[in-house]
Amino acid sequence: MSGGHVHALYRHGHSPLHRVAPQVKIVTAFGLVSAIALTPRTSVWAFAVYAAIVAGLVVVARLPVAFVARRAIVLIPFLLVALLLPIVGSGDRVEVFGLSLSEQGLWDMWNVFVKAGLGFLVAVVLAATTEIADLLRGLDALHMPRIVTSIIGFAVRYIDIVGADFGRMRIALASRGYQGRSLATWGIYARTVGSVFVRTYERGERVYLAMLSRVYTGSMPASGVVAVPAVQWVAAALLVGFAAVVMITSRGLS
Amino acid sequence: MSTPVIEIHNLGYHYPDGTVALADVDLHIHQGERVALLGPNGAGKTTLILHMNGIHQPQTGTVAVSGYPVTDDNLVDIRRRVGIVFQDPDDQLFMPTVREDVAFGPANLGIAGAELDERVNAALSAVEVSDLADRPPNHLSFGQKRRVAIAGVMAMQPEILVLDEPTSNLDPASRKDLTGILDSLDVTQLLVTHDLLYALEICERSLIIDGGRIVADGATREILGDPQLLAEHRLGLPVGLRIEDLDTS
Repeated sequence: MSGGHVHALYRHGHSPLHRVAPQVKIVTAFGLVSAIALTPRTSVWAFAVYAAIVAGLVVVARLPVAFVARRAIVLIPFLLVALLLPIVGSGDRVEVFGLSLSEQGLWDMWNVFVKAGLGFLVAVVLAATTEIADLLRGLDALHMPRIVTSIIGFAVRYIDIVGADFGRMRIALASRGYQGRSLATWGIYARTVGSVFVRTYERGERVYLAMLSRVYTGSMPASGVVAVPAVQWVAAALLVGFAAVVMITSRGLS
Repeated sequence: MSTPVIEIHNLGYHYPDGTVALADVDLHIHQGERVALLGPNGAGKTTLILHMNGIHQPQTGTVAVSGYPVTDDNLVDIRRRVGIVFQDPDDQLFMPTVREDVAFGPANLGIAGAELDERVNAALSAVEVSDLADRPPNHLSFGQKRRVAIAGVMAMQPEILVLDEPTSNLDPASRKDLTGILDSLDVTQLLVTHDLLYALEICERSLIIDGGRIVADGATREILGDPQLLAEHRLGLPVGLRIEDLDTS
C-alpha cells in the first residue's frame, strides 16, 4: 500500500512511442484491444499476428523485458482463476499428462490467457510511454467529459497520499506492539481503513475549500491540447486497420 | 487614509452547535502592511481568514475587501483579491502538474493563452520553482510544495496574501528560504501562525486572537515583549529567550 506504484507505470524515455501524441496512443490502444477481444479464440494464427504487433510496440518503445514482466504481476490472479477452468469445465474430457481435463475448459483458459495477456501488454506500452498528465490531456482532446478526467486526475493525485496515510497508521500500530497476525485482530485493520476513509473525506473538503479560494466555479480549466501531426494519425489508422482486417478475417474463417 | 485591503467590523460567527468561533472582531489591514495573526490552537484563526474570502459569510457584522463587501454577488472578485495559502500544501495542489496547478486560479478568472503563460511563469519564478514546472506535485519535497502553493495564489495577483501556518513542518533551511521569498513579494501579507519568531522576522505588526476575539493589536516587538500577555493566551517565546536578545533591525 505504500506510495509510488502509480508512477511506476511510466518509464522515462525518448523512444518514438514516447513522442506520439497521447490521444493517438489512447485511440490506438483501444482499437488494438477491441480487435484482440473480438477475435474468436480458435484463430490461433490471428493471436500470433497480434503478438507480433505488440512485441514490435514493446521494442519500438524500448521497454526492457524485465520491466514488462514486473508489471505482469497484476495478471496473476486472473490467470490463477483461469487455470481452474479446465478442471471444473464441462463437456468432452481430454487426457493431458494423466489429468482428465475439459476440452471446453482448456479453450476457455486459452481465451483468458491470450486476450488478457495481449490486452495487458498494450496497456503496459500505453502507460509506460505516456505520463499521467498527458493521458489526461489526451482524454480531454478526445472529448472525454471533463468531469471524468477530473475524477481520474484527483484519484491519481491523491491515491499516494491516502496510501501514505494508511502506511503511517500501520507503522503507528506496529510501534505500539500490534502484530495483527491472527484473524481475530483484523478488526483493528478494519478500523484503520475506516479512519483512512474519514480522513480522506475531510481532506476532500479541504481540497474543495482550496479550490473555491482560487475561484473554482464548477468546471476545471481546459488543459492545453497539442496539435497532432497527421502522420501520427495515419500510422495509427494503418496499425489499427491491419488489426481489424486480421480480426474480421478470423471471424470469417471460424 | 486609503481604503483598507481588509476591513472587518464587529464580525461574529458561531458554529451550528452554538460554539462561538468569532465575536466582535474589528480589524483593518492597509496596503503594504505585513501583519501576523497569532493565537493558540482553536482560537478562531482559520475561521477568521475563511471570512476574508467569503468561504464563510458573516453571521453578524461586515467584512469588506478593498471597500467591496463580501457577498455572494462579488465572490469571484473577492477571491481574486484575497489569496489564501492553506496549511497543508497537499490540499491545495490537485492538478497533474505544477504548471497546471499554478494556472488553475488565473484560468478560472478567464485568463488564457500567452497572458496565462506569463502569469504562471512570473509566479513560479517569484517563488524560485521555475525548474519544477512540469513535475507532478507528488514528486516535490514539502518545502517545494509549499512554495508552489504560494505561486498558485500569487498567479492570481491578489491584493493580500494570507498564509495559514506557513512554517509548519518546514526544516530550518526551507524556513529560511521561505522568509527570503515572502520578504521579496511585493504584496500585503497576513501571516497566521503560532511561530512567534517567524512573526517577528517578517511582520512589523501583530494581532493576538483568542477565544474568537482580537485581544491585542500592536507592534510585533511590543507584543512579543510582554510575556504576561503571551502566557495569558497560551503563547510564548522559546524557553529562556527574551525579546531583548533578538536583533530584528
